[in-house]
Amino acid sequence: MNQLEVKKSKVLEAKFVADEDVLKHIADNGGVKVRKDRAQLALNVKKFVKKLENISDDDEAQEILEEQNYVAILGTCAEDSLRNGPNAGGGEIYSFQTPKRHGKMAELASELAQTPGKNVTFDSSQYPEKPASTPQNSKKCAASNKAQLKSKRNEFVSTTPYRLRKRLTAPSMHSDSESDYSASCSEEEEHKETRDVILDQKAPNKTRAAPTSKKAPAKKLKEEMTSNLVEEYFEAHSSSKVLTSDRTLQKLQKRKLDQQTLLVLLNKASPAFIAELKELNQQHESLFSKWMLQLHLGFSIVLYGLGSKRDLLEKFRTSLLQDSVHLVVNGFFPSITVRSILNSITEEVLDHVGTFRSPLDQLDLVVKRFNEDPSLELYLLIHNLDSKMLRGDKSQQILAQLASLPNIHLIASIDHINAPLMWDQAKQSLYNWLWFETTTFSPYLEETSYENSLLVQQSGSLALSSLVHVLHSLTPNARGIFRLLAQYHLENKDNPSYPGLSFQDFYQQCREAFLVNNDLTLRAQLTEFRDHKLIRTKRGTDGVEYLLIPVDNGTLTDFLEKEAEDM
Amino acid sequence: MRQSCRALDWGQGVPLPRDSGARGGSMSTCSVSKGCFVFKPNSKKRRISSTGDYFSEGKNDSEDSGLRFATCQLLWKQINSEMEKIQDELNKQLFDNLINFLRQSHSEFQTESTEWMCRMKSSEIPTAALVLGVNVTDHDLTFKSLSEVLQDSITPYVVSLQAKECPGIKHLLQKLMGQLMNCYVDVDDSEEEECVNISQKKMRCSMASLSQWYKDVTKKSGFETSSKKRTSSSRHWQSPPIVVIFKDMESFTTKVLQDFIVISSQHIHEIPLVLIFGIATSPMIIHRLLPHSVSSLLCIELFQSLSCKEHMATVIDKLLLTTQFPFKLSEKVLQVLINIFLYHDFSVQNFIKGFQLSVVEHFYSQPLSVLCCQLQEAKKRINSLSHNQCENIRSLPSFRRYVESQVSEKQIALLTEDNFLKEVTQTLLEDLNSYHENYFPVLRCLHVFTSSLPKYPLGKQIRELHCACLGKRVWETEEYGSAVQLMRMLAKAELVAILQKCVEIFTSSSGKQFSNTIEKMEEFLTRFQNLEAETNDIQDVSVSSQNELQKKTDLYHLQKTLLELKESKRSKKLTKFEMLRFEVVDFIESLVRSYLTPAEMQTLNEVVYFNTANTLREHLNAAPRIALHTALNNPYCYLKNQTLKSDVGCISNTAPDICIAYKLHLECGRLINLVDWLEAFSTVVTAVEGKDLDSTATDQMDEIIHARFIRAVSELELLGFIKPSKQKTDHVARLTWGGC
Repeated sequence: MNQLEVKKSKVLEAKFVADEDVLKHIADNGGVKVRKDRAQLALNVKKFVKKLENISDDDEAQEILEEQNYVAILGTCAEDSLRNGPNAGGGEIYSFQTPKRHGKMAELASELAQTPGKNVTFDSSQYPEKPASTPQNSKKCAASNKAQLKSKRNEFVSTTPYRLRKRLTAPSMHSDSESDYSASCSEEEEHKETRDVILDQKAPNKTRAAPTSKKAPAKKLKEEMTSNLVEEYFEAHSSSKVLTSDRTLQKLQKRKLDQQTLLVLLNKASPAFIAELKELNQQHESLFSKWMLQLHLGFSIVLYGLGSKRDLLEKFRTSLLQDSVHLVVNGFFPSITVRSILNSITEEVLDHVGTFRSPLDQLDLVVKRFNEDPSLELYLLIHNLDSKMLRGDKSQQILAQLASLPNIHLIASIDHINAPLMWDQAKQSLYNWLWFETTTFSPYLEETSYENSLLVQQSGSLALSSLVHVLHSLTPNARGIFRLLAQYHLENKDNPSYPGLSFQDFYQQCREAFLVNNDLTLRAQLTEFRDHKLIRTKRGTDGVEYLLIPVDNGTLTDFLEKEAEDM
Repeated sequence: MRQSCRALDWGQGVPLPRDSGARGGSMSTCSVSKGCFVFKPNSKKRRISSTGDYFSEGKNDSEDSGLRFATCQLLWKQINSEMEKIQDELNKQLFDNLINFLRQSHSEFQTESTEWMCRMKSSEIPTAALVLGVNVTDHDLTFKSLSEVLQDSITPYVVSLQAKECPGIKHLLQKLMGQLMNCYVDVDDSEEEECVNISQKKMRCSMASLSQWYKDVTKKSGFETSSKKRTSSSRHWQSPPIVVIFKDMESFTTKVLQDFIVISSQHIHEIPLVLIFGIATSPMIIHRLLPHSVSSLLCIELFQSLSCKEHMATVIDKLLLTTQFPFKLSEKVLQVLINIFLYHDFSVQNFIKGFQLSVVEHFYSQPLSVLCCQLQEAKKRINSLSHNQCENIRSLPSFRRYVESQVSEKQIALLTEDNFLKEVTQTLLEDLNSYHENYFPVLRCLHVFTSSLPKYPLGKQIRELHCACLGKRVWETEEYGSAVQLMRMLAKAELVAILQKCVEIFTSSSGKQFSNTIEKMEEFLTRFQNLEAETNDIQDVSVSSQNELQKKTDLYHLQKTLLELKESKRSKKLTKFEMLRFEVVDFIESLVRSYLTPAEMQTLNEVVYFNTANTLREHLNAAPRIALHTALNNPYCYLKNQTLKSDVGCISNTAPDICIAYKLHLECGRLINLVDWLEAFSTVVTAVEGKDLDSTATDQMDEIIHARFIRAVSELELLGFIKPSKQKTDHVARLTWGGC
C-alpha cells in the first residue's frame, strides 16, 4: 500500500518535470546540441520544429507546387524590385504569434536605445540580460516584468512538446503513403505495353485516386492542427483579462496638447532624410504624364503605400490639371458624403439647379449629362478613398459608377491596410484600376488633423466652442435645461453603470426649476439639442427613455465653468 | 440648413492657421468646413489637350512619339474590333436561341390564339434563365449586346434592371416605367412628350398604368405603321413583347422579385411580358429565391452561355496566336495575365484590359516600337529613322548578339554606318516576320500531337504550350522529352488522324515554305495506308517460324532455335509501322527544333515583344499590404540612407517615427497601454538625440517627442493598425493578427 503510494507520487513527479525532460529528450534526438541557456534551448526547439514541419509538409508538396508556381510567376519582380523584398511572404506579415506581454515593448525600446546609431537585431526568441546602464524609466518596468517573462517562457515550453509529438507522427505516416504510391507507379510502368496506350490514359486517375485515400490521415492531422490554432486564437480573445499595466496618462502629468500646440511642436522637430524623401518624390513626379495618359485611356489610378499622398496629388493637380475642370475631394474630411460629392458635380460642374430625391437619381442625371456631351470632361481627385465616410458599399458603388464614365477621370489614394477589401469584382471592373505604389513617408498632417481622428489628446476645444456657440443662440430657459442635464451628468461621472437621466426625472427637475411647464415644451427643446448633437437618447431595458450627453467630462466641466463666469 | 449650421460650428472653432476660405478664388484644398472643391478654369483658358500630348510629354527620349502613339491607337482599334467580332460570334448561338424563345413566347399573344388564352388563365410568365457563369465582370457586355440584338430584331421595349437600383418594388416599377417611356420616345422622337412622361412616371407607377400605356402605344404605333414609319417599325411585330432583364438575379431581394412576379402575372393577359434572369451561379437559385407558389407562375426555359474558359481560349487563339497583329506578348507577361485570369476573376474583360495596358506600355516605353506595325509599313519607317533611333537599335541586346556573330568588317559597318544598319534591319525584320509565320502553324501542329497524349506533359491548352515555347528551348525540357516518348507510342489510327489535322493546319496557313512539309506529311499518310497491305506478310513470317519450331524434334536444335528466338525478341526487329512512326516523330521534332525557337533568341524581338511583366503585375495585381509592411519594417527599401540599413527583421533607431512606433506595437498583445508605448518610444528617440541637454531643454524635448508620438499613433490609426479601445483607460486595441 505504502509502496504503491510512493510509486504514485513518483509517477506524478515524473509528469511534473515532463515538460523539460521531453524537450531535452527531443532536442537530443534531433541531434541538436543542448545548451544550458534555456532561452537558447527554446530557440533550438523552435528551429527543430520548423525542420520537422518541412519534412511533414512534403506530402502536400504537390498542392504547394502549383501554388509556388503561381507565386513564382506573380512574384517575378520580387528579385529585382527591392520593394517587395525578402519578407514579402504573406504568412510572415500578420501571422499568429505567441502571446506577448507589455514588458516586451519596454525591453525592445531599451535595446534600441542602448545602441544609438547601430542596428539591433530584433529576434523574439532572444532575451539578453539587461546591463546596468538601462535608461531609468524602462528599467523599473523591465525589472518588474522579469517574473512575468519567466512564466511566459514556461508557458511556451510547456506547449511545445504536445505540438511536437503531433508533428513527429506526421512524417512516418507520410513516408508510408509515399512508398505505396511509388510502388504502384513502378508496377504499372513495368507492365506497360506499347499497345495499350488507351489503358494508360486511365492510369493516372487510378494512381492518383489511391494515394489520396492514404494521404487522408495526414491531411486530417493538418486540419486538426489548424483547428488547434483557431482554438488558440479564440482562447486568447475570449479572456477579458487584459495583461497590460494600469498606468494612465493622467498619472504621467502630461500636459494635454491641442491641435495647434501639436503643430507648433511638430514644426520644431527637425525633419529627417530630406534628401531621400525628395528623391522619392521626384520618382513619383516623373510619372505624372504617364498618369494623365492612362487616365485618358479610360483607366482610373489608385495610389497606395506608406505616407501622405496629398502633397503628391496636389502637385499633380497644380502642374497638370490647372486648365481643366477638376474636383478635389478630401475623403478624410469628417462629414464628407457621396451626396456632397454628387452635389458638387451637379451644382458646380454641371450648373444644374434643382434637388434630387436620392443619390441614385442624381447619379442618373450625371451619367446622362456626361454621356450626352462628350466634350465635357472632369478630373476627380479623391484623397483617401478609403476613409470612414466613403468606404461604405453604397458610396463605393456610386463612385465606381462615376469612374466608369469615359469622360470622368478618377485618381484616388488609399491608406488603410484593408482598403482593397472595399471592392468586389464588379466594382473593381467599374473602377478599372491601375495601381501605383507611391510610398512617400511624408506625415499624414491633414489627414489626422481633424479632432475625431486624434485619439490621444482630445483637447475638446472645438467641441467646447461649438457647445458655447450653439447654446448662445438658444433661449435662457433652454440653456438652463441643458445645464441641468450637464450637472446631473457630471454628478454621475464616476458611476460606470450610469444609464443617463430618464425623461420623466428630467421633466420633474425642469419643472421644479421653473424651466418648462409641460412635457411638450421639454420635448421640443430636446429635439433642438438632438439636432445639434448635444444630447443622445437611448432606450433602456425597461423601455424608459434616457438622455445622455455625448461630450467628454472634461469639456463639460469647462463648459459649466464658463457658463458660471458668464452668468 | 442643419448642415450649414454645423459647418458654422466647425468654422468658428479655434481659428486654425491653415483654414483659408477655399471659395474666394484661392486654390487651397484645405478647409475645416467642407470636403469638396470644384475648380473651373475660364472657358478661354481651358485647353483641349489630346491624349497624344501626354504620350510624348515626360519622356526625354521622345523619338517619333507622335507616330508611335498613332500606331498604338490604330493597333488597339484593330484589336478591339477583332475582339468585338469574336464576342459576337461566340454569343451568336446563345442569342439566336433566346430570340427564338422570345418569338415563340409571344407569337401566341400576337395571333391571340387559344394557347395564349390557356396560358393567360394560368397566368404564367414566359421566362428565360440565362446561366452566365461566375465572371460577373463580363456580364455587362453580354447584356449590352443582348439588349441591342433584341431591340434590333424583336421589340423596342427592352428593360435592364440591376439589383442595386431596385431596393424596393416601387423603385423597380419606377425604373421599369422610366426605361420603357424612354425607348418609346426613341421611336417617336418628340421631346415634349418625354417631359410629360417623366413627370407622369413620378406620379404613379403601377402595373395598371403600365398596361394602359402599353395599350396606347401599340394603338399609336399601329396608326403609324400605316402612315409613315413603316420601315422602322416593320422589324417589330404589331404588339411587341416587353422584355425585362434582371441582370444579377442573385442580388435582388427575394421580396421584390416575388412581388413583381406576382403582380405582373396578374397583368399578363394585358401585356406580353417576358423575363430574362441573369444567373451567375446555378439555375437552382431560382427555386431557392422563389417559393413554389411564385415560381409556378413562371414558365422557365434554361439557356447556357459559353464558359469563360472557352471564351478565353478563343480570345487567345484569335489575338495572340496569329500574325495578324504585329504586337506580341512575351512569356512572362502572358503568364501574369493568364494567372490573373485563372486565380483571381475568370474575367475575359480584365484579360483584355491587361492586354490593352501592355500595348500602351510597350509603345510608351520602347522607342523602337515605332517599327511595331505591318512589315511593309515598317520597312518604310526604317528609312526615315533618326540617328538616335539607330543608336537605340544598336543598344538592343538581341542586336548586339547578332553583331557579335558577324565578321569583323560587317561589325564595324553595322556600328558606324546608319544606312547599312537600316538595310540590315529591314532584312532582320523580314526574318522576324517569317519566324512568326512559321511559328504559329508549327505550334498548332505540335499542340495537336501533345493534346492527345495521356497526362498532357506539355499542357492541355495551346496557351501552355505557347508559353513553354516562348520562354525557353522547348526541346531541352523534361516535359518535352516525355511527350516525345509518348508520341512514339501512339496508335496508328490516332497518328493518322493527327497527321491529317496537321496537313490541314499547314495548308490553311499562309506560309509558302510549308509546301515541302505538307508533301512530306502526305507521303507519310500514304505510307500508313500501304502498311495495311504489308502486315499480312509479316504475319506469314511469324507463322512460318512457328512451324519450324514444331518441325524440329531434336533437343539440341530446339534449344538453339529457342535461343535464337529469344535473341531476336530482345533486339526486337522493328515492324514497319514502328519504323514509320519513328520517322514521323523525328520529322515533327525537326520541325520543332527549327521553327519553335524561343522568341528571345530572335534578333530585334524587343521591337514587337512586350516583356516587362513587372510593370504589368504592379499595376494590375498590386499588393498594397506588402508595400505598407515593407515600408514600416524596412524603410531602407525606400529611403536609401546608410543609417537605415539593417538586416532582416531589425530596424535602425533612426528610422522614421511611425516605423519605430509600429515596431514597438508589434511587441504588444491585443491591447496596448499608451503610457508604456509612449515611454518606450521616447526611450528610443532620446537615445538618438543624445542626452547632454540641460533640464529646460529636456522638457522641451519631451514635449516634442510627445507630439511626435501622438502623430505616429494617429497615423497608425489611420492606417488601420490600431483603434481606440474603451476596455481600459488609455489603451488602444491592435487590429492586425498577432495581437492574440
